[in-house]
Amino acid sequence: MGFFDIYLLEAVLNGVLLGGVLGLLALGLNLIFGVIDVVWIAYAELVMAGMYVVYWLHAFGVPLVLAGAAAVVVVAIMGLAVHQFLIAPILNTPPINQLLATGGLLYFLQNFATVLFSTEFRNVGVHLPSLHLGDMSLSYARIIAFGVSIAGVAGLYWFLRKTFIGTAIRAVSQDRDVMVLMGVDTRKIYLVTSAIGGGLAGLAALLLSLQFDVHPFIGLQFGPITFIVCVLGGLGNMLGGFLASFIIGQIISIVGYAINQDFAYVIAFLLFILVMFWRPQGILRRRS
Amino acid sequence: MASGSQFAQGQARKGWLPLLVGLVVLAAVPALPVGQYPFHLIVLMLMWGGIGTAWSLMGRFGLVSLGHAGFIGIGMYTVGLLWNFAGLSPWIGMPLGMVAAVLAGVLIGYPSFRFQVVGHYFALVTLALGEVVRLSVVAARDTTGGSLGMSPARVPDTESWTALQFADKRYFFYLGLAFWAVVLALWLRIDRSKVRSALEAISEDEVAAASVGVHVTRTKLKVTLLSAALTALGGMLLGQYNMYISPEYAGIGISLQIVFASIVGGMYSLWGPTLGAALTLTLDESLRNAFGTRLVGASESIYGILLILFVIYMPNGIYGRLESWWRKRRRPAREVVRQPG
Repeated sequence: MGFFDIYLLEAVLNGVLLGGVLGLLALGLNLIFGVIDVVWIAYAELVMAGMYVVYWLHAFGVPLVLAGAAAVVVVAIMGLAVHQFLIAPILNTPPINQLLATGGLLYFLQNFATVLFSTEFRNVGVHLPSLHLGDMSLSYARIIAFGVSIAGVAGLYWFLRKTFIGTAIRAVSQDRDVMVLMGVDTRKIYLVTSAIGGGLAGLAALLLSLQFDVHPFIGLQFGPITFIVCVLGGLGNMLGGFLASFIIGQIISIVGYAINQDFAYVIAFLLFILVMFWRPQGILRRRS
Repeated sequence: MASGSQFAQGQARKGWLPLLVGLVVLAAVPALPVGQYPFHLIVLMLMWGGIGTAWSLMGRFGLVSLGHAGFIGIGMYTVGLLWNFAGLSPWIGMPLGMVAAVLAGVLIGYPSFRFQVVGHYFALVTLALGEVVRLSVVAARDTTGGSLGMSPARVPDTESWTALQFADKRYFFYLGLAFWAVVLALWLRIDRSKVRSALEAISEDEVAAASVGVHVTRTKLKVTLLSAALTALGGMLLGQYNMYISPEYAGIGISLQIVFASIVGGMYSLWGPTLGAALTLTLDESLRNAFGTRLVGASESIYGILLILFVIYMPNGIYGRLESWWRKRRRPAREVVRQPG
């Protein structure tokens, strides 16, 4: 093998595409953390719920895009419910309580999905071809996911910058106590934020459905990695999270290519732990 | 919930007698006409109760770990691999497993505490530790058997102290009882020591605690390492008792179960985590008996809902609630004096 390794390049490109999906997953979680200052540890389980919505609607003949839209709506409503019933009652207690409450939700969603759908692996059955460039092969499912993910980030950025409610959300994320004094209804802002966070989880669900089988425990597969992406970027820092998702995507893809997939995740988690000590606020420091 | 001081009062000065009485009563259980199956559950309750109490050594001071299963995994696989591949007895493997867990605790704990990684950041770091352990076991599947898990090689004898393998559950009952009693005794010791006041001060305001001379990093590390070693020990006993170990024991599911049982029982009380372990195991088993395998996941779904309700409405857990109710009834006046300032 020569100096230039085409399969390494393929791994790098796949890493970029994986980074796009991780970026989308991290986006909603980051938004919620940045604005409400809570960690939804069950975020990946909301994505799992969305994947079941996509799967079942598609199984009953609904076109995939509509099924995905339905998933966005359903998971957005779930996001509203999470905030209303789990977070709001304990919003002013130590933050670890909210994390534990959503830990209960994680447990519930995983196992309730098992009760409803059993642990069977289900696939929407849409197989997209792969793009061949020379010896490289890149799956269209990943390319689409990457594109939608970029569009999602851009859309959220636009929403937060250019709309009234987006501006209010940013204001609350900067100082939630003062905004109350300015007459902002933070409760409403939190609900909107939770719904958007849920909607983004629903969107991620559609894209993941194209690449993975859905089963009740799929959240465990990418939940922890989503958290480390967020924390690595600095929880609540959307730009940092997006950058971190590409770093993690590269590590998983390249180490996975060089050694193996499980080991790649081990490296990613170890890196995360190290970075936490080096820069607890994430690779891009949040405004002080 | 992170500040233990409001809840941990009262029981502190007089925990030894109930513990001794409890120990004596429990030691008599094998003599009672208890069926095989309930007896099996009691053994599990002792082991998980000890592990939950070990977790709450940290948890009650706001050091919420979501990676304690990682310590279980480290312990289990140290013992299992040494026994299966080097022929080393668990009596050598168990101390080594505890040392390995302590090392992992130092690697995670020291930098975390030194650089003030607290609250949910700490929880997420520990979660990553658990994942590192689980995935390492899976990745080394040629040796460990990967996600299928592995069984310690069986010895021909029905009881072997060298291999720590017994067909008779009573051996494990007493081993579990000893483990549980040691953990509870250590809990009490810490509860009565200066370490507790220091940790309570830290959990309320780290900077203020440091400014009055509390050595924050060292104090936090003490309970963390103790908790890690005890959790690993419990995990190793479980592995020998079940004669089966798997990477799932290091996963977030088990970590959450430990947290859940401790919160439901009451993580600020001596008996809380044990009560929690007993309740959750009973719930789990009775639902399994009621529904059979038709409703796999039903009991865990109920767990999840209960955990949410407990965190929101009863963060002191069942035992904590009973305790404060009892104290209010008995000595309303003294209680006022005892409240921390």
